[in-house]
Amino acid sequence: MNENNSVTESYDDMFKRVKEKGEGAFIPFIVAGDPDFETSLRMVKMMVDGGADALEIGFPFSDPLADGPTVQTANIRALNSGMNTDIGFEFVRRIRKFTKIPIGLLVYYNLIFKMGVNEFYRKAHISGVNGVLAADMPLEEADVAVEAARSNGVNEIFLAAPTTSNERLEKIIGLCSGFLYVVSVMGVTGARSKLKISTIELVERMRNHTQLPICVGFGISKPEHVSEVIAAGADGAIVGSALIDVITDNLMNPEFKVRECCQIMKNATQ
Amino acid sequence: MIDNGKFGKYGGIFVPELLIPALEELENAFMKYKDDKDFNSELDYYLREFAGRPTSLYYARNLSEKLGCRIYLKREDMLHTGAHKINNTLGQGLLAKHMGKKRLIAETGAGQHGIATAVVGALLKMPTEVYMGSEDVVRQKLNVFRMELSDAKVLPVDSGSRTLKDAINEALRDWISNLDDTHYLIGSTMGPHPYPTIVKHFQSVIGREVKKQIMMKDGKHPDVIIACVGGGSNAIGIFSEFIKDEEVKLVGVEGGGNGVNSGQTGATLSVGTEGVLHGSLSFVLQDDYGQINEAHSVSAGLDYPGVGPEHAYLKVTERAKYVAITDNEAIRGFKLLSKYEGIIPALESAHAIAYLEKYAQLRENKGKTIVVNLSGRGDKDMFLVAEKMGEEI
Repeated sequence: MNENNSVTESYDDMFKRVKEKGEGAFIPFIVAGDPDFETSLRMVKMMVDGGADALEIGFPFSDPLADGPTVQTANIRALNSGMNTDIGFEFVRRIRKFTKIPIGLLVYYNLIFKMGVNEFYRKAHISGVNGVLAADMPLEEADVAVEAARSNGVNEIFLAAPTTSNERLEKIIGLCSGFLYVVSVMGVTGARSKLKISTIELVERMRNHTQLPICVGFGISKPEHVSEVIAAGADGAIVGSALIDVITDNLMNPEFKVRECCQIMKNATQ
Repeated sequence: MIDNGKFGKYGGIFVPELLIPALEELENAFMKYKDDKDFNSELDYYLREFAGRPTSLYYARNLSEKLGCRIYLKREDMLHTGAHKINNTLGQGLLAKHMGKKRLIAETGAGQHGIATAVVGALLKMPTEVYMGSEDVVRQKLNVFRMELSDAKVLPVDSGSRTLKDAINEALRDWISNLDDTHYLIGSTMGPHPYPTIVKHFQSVIGREVKKQIMMKDGKHPDVIIACVGGGSNAIGIFSEFIKDEEVKLVGVEGGGNGVNSGQTGATLSVGTEGVLHGSLSFVLQDDYGQINEAHSVSAGLDYPGVGPEHAYLKVTERAKYVAITDNEAIRGFKLLSKYEGIIPALESAHAIAYLEKYAQLRENKGKTIVVNLSGRGDKDMFLVAEKMGEEI
């Protein structure tokens, strides 16, 4: 229960629901406050209307070193529009007024650290957040955050990469809940014409280690990519930069385009 | 990882999962080669024959007379490429070569670390690309040209504040995408573990030489060691050998910019707060929500909103003291050393000189033996200083 007194859908329930329909989950990503608070809130509404099964909400950071140019630019637009961590939680509260689907935050660790780790997770929970992924927090640095996430009823989501050894993978899975975020390419976020590494092998390897739902992200920019990762056995696909590109290219009136793009991506999970 | 890379609670490995294997590989190679006889004799050879080590510990007689102290200058300004940076680029360059890497990337602010990487790239026949904020590319045209002459490619960075911190972000992004064949040659004692330890290791040659030299000359340790701190590599290099010698005072001098409370400063340890930037927990200049602020200093080498994690540790344990010198005071230090000793310091090192003057003026410090790390020479700063002095050259 969050402060709106509404029951939100858990990641478990969502993946179950999607699976029962024989689909994969479509999870769009957006930077909160890009290009401004109200416009990005309308984008989220369009994403939900377009068929999103869960949402990844980025809180902007001045130095996003895991992100390519598209998300960097979105971060700067959001920061320039006045976004900060507290306004970010307000953003989530506003989303909760129109949807119950799981909401994950994608942040950089300094935002958590500066607010105070427990305080961050406490606020995340009461605003209606289901999961948090800190892009620059590997398992070695995760103890405090994982503990705070657990005690506040928030899932801590971790990244796994093609270069992650099986031994590391076991440790990551021991800390991870909600779903495992699998990075399909060696590089930063950003739209790509082709997925480089064999997604099937990657998903299969991860699957051998865990029952957790597996979602693939980084470089998923086309409906074919979405179909490919779902066909490879992933439970969901996360689409970020491609949607931000749609927003960037249609800053005057992005709503229609975003909904259309999400519908196409969602169809590709079926 | 073998080690968690912590100095007290500072340091660590705050990077995306994709980088972890590369850091593990680097840590393994470093552990393997740091005490390897062949590796070290090759490094010693290049330090001696290519870079010009050992550097002298010069007794600054005129300045000593003027200020009433016994003042020594560690002459890192005499090294090839004009600063201490070459100690680290030679070490990491050789390490990269032994790891089988084919390509070097680096970040640079003023261009000193970029040049030191470029010449090592040329020496070791490794293609080198240097990320540099597009603001800095314009401000430091001369150094861009020097890097290009050594066949390095300078890649202007247009993101964020278009300065050093953004160049580091971009170099890290490049590395994430090219782990197989590329070594990221970080220039200061910052970044994720094992970098702060590696850079300290290769820079600690400064302190080892000082210890030997001062024992030869004076038969005892100095009372004080003063060094400027941006990321903190020259300072940790000269401090490291003396950290255990508690009677030796260690002072780090940060770039105060227009004043530590002006909002335009590089004095991270003086006015910053704890935070995570570029892979490690240390002090950073940031707002209430953890967004990183831009730094300001007249000296590009001190113009960075973070600082090496070991300096954070030395500060909170009070083993070292950190002070700030403003832009104007640094210019005064610059002129002082040029006039009295005929040695033109880099603007970074001029901060240490300016603090030396302040320190020596206190009555209780008269007669003390002080070593100042003269980390670089001032050729690169001529146009900037002339402009500040209202002169046209």
